Amino acid sequence: MGWWDVADLWYGGFGSVKSGIEEEWDGSWDGKWDEIGLNFVAPRSGDAIFASVERVNSELFTLTYGAIVRQLLTDLEEVEEVNKQLDQMGYNIGVRLVDEFLAKSNVSRCVDFKETTEVIAKVGFKMFLGVTASVTNWDADGTSCSLILEDNPLVDFVELPDTCQGLYYCNIISGVIRGALEMVSMKTEVSWVRDMLRGDDVFELHVKLLKQVPEEYPYKDDE
Amino acid sequence: MVREVAESCVESLLTEIVSQYCNGFYANKPDLAARRIEAIGYQVGHQLSERYTMERPRFSDHLEAIKFICKDFWSELFKKQIDNLKTNHRGTFVLQDNKFRWLSRVSVAPSSENTGSIQDPSAMAESKEAQATGMYLYFPCGIIRGALSNLGIPCAVSADISNLPACSFVIRIKA
Repeated sequence: MGWWDVADLWYGGFGSVKSGIEEEWDGSWDGKWDEIGLNFVAPRSGDAIFASVERVNSELFTLTYGAIVRQLLTDLEEVEEVNKQLDQMGYNIGVRLVDEFLAKSNVSRCVDFKETTEVIAKVGFKMFLGVTASVTNWDADGTSCSLILEDNPLVDFVELPDTCQGLYYCNIISGVIRGALEMVSMKTEVSWVRDMLRGDDVFELHVKLLKQVPEEYPYKDDE
Repeated sequence: MVREVAESCVESLLTEIVSQYCNGFYANKPDLAARRIEAIGYQVGHQLSERYTMERPRFSDHLEAIKFICKDFWSELFKKQIDNLKTNHRGTFVLQDNKFRWLSRVSVAPSSENTGSIQDPSAMAESKEAQATGMYLYFPCGIIRGALSNLGIPCAVSADISNLPACSFVIRIKA
């Protein structure tokens, strides 16, 4: 088949498109059709991203975290200090992880805090920990809610001894969320309401939006 | 089905413990920081080896145990086996991983006089980066020592990264 004659295409309309060698084309094509698709940067589902990232046996992760908590308890002695330290470590991780999250998820700007928390629950948790959370308990003005986690790889094989009663074992997770949200201009307060290691039926994280910081550009117009 | 998490979860934890112990708690005491990081690895290795050997008969000798570390244990952790195993027949084994995963995202330029051995952390104090890499390696060294100790083999483990991205772990079994 030759090149399309652009003029023919233009004047002939779709019904009578003719090729440059003046043959009727019935739309048949023996070659291969390629699906191009129009939405080149569609957001990806948590499942799709999790399936595509490098993964490791969760035992290594769970036991490494357990060993860190144990070492911190030995070094810091006070349970309260360990809670703070885990939160701080989580914050630092969240600050770094948000880049990987944005790059792999193609998530565009969320319209509101509700959408943000949904994305964290369905995409964020899934792509890193392989589990999803659900979002409930919204307050009237849409600035605070609960993330419910029924399955949490961080606590596989974990049982807390009586000496660690005040420990928020999963405090690293709340730190990660706080750190990651701060990188996208949202100041939040994240705290544990229910904890399976303390006998509750699920993990419940309370997330409260304190302030939405307007984005600051790193340069000014006159510079 | 084996439960999995993203590899970046483990990498994040590793980065964070190294930075907390080296820059926070023990900023001026790299040997103390190193001991803590090694201890965390030891704990992990001990527990992992307990789990992975639950349904196996006991190893008949040291070599069998070392082979287990090179094959099954390494595969569980890194989805590949150790590439090369050497021994001097006097209780020292050298396990070489030609492309050690936990170093693939760490950049280091070891200078000629710096062999990259982490046996003497003070020797690499002149290079912050090399020191940080050395710190990372205390974790897998601890894992290997913990795993072998669970199998009843007390030993010392060090790492050598003079051949990046290859990494060699030197196991010295205590007589």
